[in-house]
This record gives sequence, structure tokens and C-alpha cells, in this order.
Amino acid sequence: MSRRAIVTLAVLAVLLLAAPKLLGGYALSVLILVLYFAYVGQAWNIMMGFAGQLSLGHALYAGLGGYIAAGLYTHYGIGPWAGVFAAVAAAVAAGSIVGYLGFRFSLAGVYFALLTIAFAEFTRIGFDNWPWAGGSGGMFLKVERNVSDLANLRGGSEMFYYLILAMAAGILVLCRWLLESRLGRYWLAIREDAEAAQAVGVPVFRCKMAAVTISAALTALAGVWNAFYYNNLFPETAFAMGRSIEITLSPIIGGLGTLFGPIVGAVVLTGLGEIFTSASDQFHLPGLKQIFYGLALMLIVMYRPAGIWPWLARHLGFEERPK
Amino acid sequence: MSGARLELAGIGKTFRGLRAVHDVSFAVPAGAIHALIGPNGAGKTTIFNMIAGVFTPTAGTVTLDGRTISGLRPDQACDAGVGRTFQIVKPFKGLSVLENITIGALHRRAKLADARDAAESILKRLGLHDRRHQLAENLTLPDRKRLEVARALATEPKLLLLDEVMAGLRPTEVDVMVAFLRELNAETGLTILLIEHVMRAVMALAADVTVVSYGEKIAEGTPAEISRNQAVLDVYLGHEEPA
Repeated sequence: MSRRAIVTLAVLAVLLLAAPKLLGGYALSVLILVLYFAYVGQAWNIMMGFAGQLSLGHALYAGLGGYIAAGLYTHYGIGPWAGVFAAVAAAVAAGSIVGYLGFRFSLAGVYFALLTIAFAEFTRIGFDNWPWAGGSGGMFLKVERNVSDLANLRGGSEMFYYLILAMAAGILVLCRWLLESRLGRYWLAIREDAEAAQAVGVPVFRCKMAAVTISAALTALAGVWNAFYYNNLFPETAFAMGRSIEITLSPIIGGLGTLFGPIVGAVVLTGLGEIFTSASDQFHLPGLKQIFYGLALMLIVMYRPAGIWPWLARHLGFEERPK
Repeated sequence: MSGARLELAGIGKTFRGLRAVHDVSFAVPAGAIHALIGPNGAGKTTIFNMIAGVFTPTAGTVTLDGRTISGLRPDQACDAGVGRTFQIVKPFKGLSVLENITIGALHRRAKLADARDAAESILKRLGLHDRRHQLAENLTLPDRKRLEVARALATEPKLLLLDEVMAGLRPTEVDVMVAFLRELNAETGLTILLIEHVMRAVMALAADVTVVSYGEKIAEGTPAEISRNQAVLDVYLGHEEPA
């Protein structure tokens, strides 16, 4: 990173920390969404951007995480800070199954992606029929007004804002650390050419399993946050294909495999997406946001296939030139 | 033949009834340069793949310093000390030259900084240092071949398998590669097994040559012996026009 990038990052950090004081309720809720998509995009990017494994079923991990933590809280009064461990464990277990089946039998590319979709769908149907989780009628957390109970994640948007901000910052640091580790470099090698990677000693299966389980665990955290923020969960939405696709958009638009791509993608997509949503309400033109998402995706694929971030970083002088 | 670095004992490979390699045996002493030659489709690369863990032989064993390595996975074979290049080069295209080699060097080093240092010194030796920040996909073919060799060397192998690293190189580039390999072998005592069609390189490098045809070994000997061997002349090297 150049000096310029560090200064920009510091200014951004201060602004983000002060945001609840500076912004109104609506703007803050948009910023929360941006951070949420930056976070899940970052988690998904570990699998696709780093290790080159396409998952189109990441809603599975978010949904599982959310349901487990919410279920433990509503049924047994177990708080989310404890429930999160069970949530992560469930997502890691699911990720291990998907990963094992896919990687042991060397399913590559779209075939692996189909497997991830299938598992999200199985789970959706399962939850539709699971009374503990409320079935297709959904699961609801009790909404309490005017409390600020961090221990049970009962509170207003400011609390959830700071939480998702901390998560988004944390995952950025974690991803940077991962990328600069041996495992991270092995992922890149697998992404570029798995056969060549294995020939230089990369234990391909193990590294892919690490990618899917780490990614699933991190996505489950977002699921828990999401469940307690929105207070309701339905199989139809929590495990929806659309939810999985949404997760992939920020990193694809922002820049696959880059650290800041998912963040930039989330800002562009969610920011503009919100504008289109309100426009669509105002002018009674349903579906504007979806059309915009589709267009954005097409434009990126055509003109900036590496994503917005690498191009932006170059033009803003954020890149450090190799000596 | 005990004490050989690499020993192939009666190895064979059958693909769904198709006999690709049958009962091939030869040994390479530590520190030697050995060539494997033969017509296209003779099974040379299949033999390499059995040494490097890509295929498990359907018969026979491969041993490295007395330890059986046939049946290992490629990454385990690399662990055991087998480094290899691919006939159709497989660089990590989207990564820089330096990163390509660093990934190889990470095999024996846990820290990225250490691996990068090791990679830098290998790049200097192979004359790729000026291009270290280029993306691998932007390299010319001769440089990609050198990159393959460099990445395999970075894993610090005991045995280096070179699959047609001279193919597509101009004669002067072949000479450079030959000089480099000879120097490497002399300095580090690295054992090298190469598949090669460029006879000029085989003659200059190899102490011994094994010839395969239709999956079977048909001759073995010094380059001079091989070039006079009737069977080899018949199936591979060819005859000169009678005067």
C-alpha cells in the first residue's frame, strides 16, 4: 500500500466510526447493508477469489448460522455470544460435507458450483419442514424497544452498525493475514493451476477444505448478525438462491481475489441499489434494482473483468509500484 | 542396483486395457544425468507421471533412495524429493514470476519472507531476475520453460524430472539451458532425469540413456552406444541415406 492509501484508509476509519452521529437513520441503515455485503463478500472471496472454488450456495452457511443462534436464543435463552459457537460449528460441518464431496471426487468449476446450490436447496427444504426452526412459517426473535443489551444483541441500529463495522474491519485484517501466509499462497497456486500446485508440494485437497471451512465459518458469523438484526428468518429467503447470488456480487464487481474489491463492490452495488429501490418505489417501476444489478454485472464483465478495485487503485495511486 | 537414487523396477501402466507402459526398469545413480528418449506416444510422460505421483503404476515399484514412492500423491512425491516440470508448461499465469517461484520455495519454508529470498536467488541463477515482477502469462516460451525449471528447483528436490524443457527453444537457447543444467548438476550434485527429443541436448548432458518404444524399454546405454544401436535407429533416430 502507498502512503496515500494509508491516509485515505485512516480518514475513512474516522468517518466510519463517527457515522452514527453524522448520518440519519435511513443513511445509516444503507451503510449497515454496505458493510454486511462487504463482510459476506469478503468471506465468499476466500473461496472463489483466493482458492478459485465457485460457491453459489453461500446462503447455506449464513442461513444455518442465523437459524442455529436464533433457535438457541428463542428456545433455550442461550445468548448469541455463546450460540455463535454452535452456529459456526454447524456451518463448518456443512462446509466440510460440501467440500469433501466436491474435492474428494475432484468436482471442478460449474459442477462444484451445482453441488453448492444443491446443498443450499436441500437445507431450505429441510428447514421448511423442521418444527424446531418454525418450518416454512419462519422463526421470530422477540423485538424489544429501547433497550441496549449487547450481551443478547437486543438493541437499535447503532449497536448493529458498530458490530458489523468491527466484523468488516476484522475480516479485512484476517484476509490480508491469510493472503500473506503460506496457506494463502497455496490457495492462489490452486486457483491458477491445481495440477502444477500439487507438483510443487501443495496438499490441494487439504487447502481446499481449509478454504471452504474458513469461508463457511465466517459467513455463519454474518448469518448470526443478520438474524439478530432483522429478528426474523424464513427458509424461503435465508437459503434462497438469490441470497447466495447477492453474496457473490460485491467481490465480482469490486475485484475477485483482491482485499478491497468486496468493499468497493458493496459500496457501488448497495449504494446505487438503494437509490434504484427508492426510485422504483417513487415512480412505481418495480424491479429497477434487479435491472441495475444485471446491467452492472454485464458492464463489469465486458469492460473491467478484473473488477473495479484494481482499476481504481491504479488511478488513485494506491498501488505500491514494485521496485 | 542398490544405492541408486531412483530405481524403476518393472513398472507398468494400463489404462482401461490399453497398455501404455510395460515392464520398464532402469536406475539412476545419485548425481547422474539420465535421459529417457523414444518416439511420441512411447510412454515417456506416463513413466514420469508414475515417478511424480500423478499415476499409480499397475505393476512394479518406483523407489527413491530405497524408499518406495510409487502410489504417493504428487504433493507427497514432492515431499519425498521429486521435482518436475510439465511438457506443456503450467505457470501460475496470473501471478508474478517471483510469486511463482516463491510458492515452490514455500514447500520447505513456512515463512513467506524466507521463501521469497530463496526464490530471488534461484531467479538470479536462471537469469529471470529482471523479469521477476512480470506476470507469468506475459513471458516468452523460453522464459516459461525456465520458469518451470526454477519453480521445480525451488522445492529443493533430490531428483529433477525435466519433460522436454528444450522443445521449442532455438539452438542457442538450448545451449544456454544445457550449460545451466550441467552447472547445476556439477555444483549441487542434483540428479536429473530428462525426457528430450533434442538429441543435441541429450548427447551433451546425459551419462546414460534409456530408450522406450510402444511402452517398452528397447535399449539402454551411453549416448554413443545408443546412437549406434540398431533397434534405436530403426524406431527412433532413423538411418542416414545410403551414400
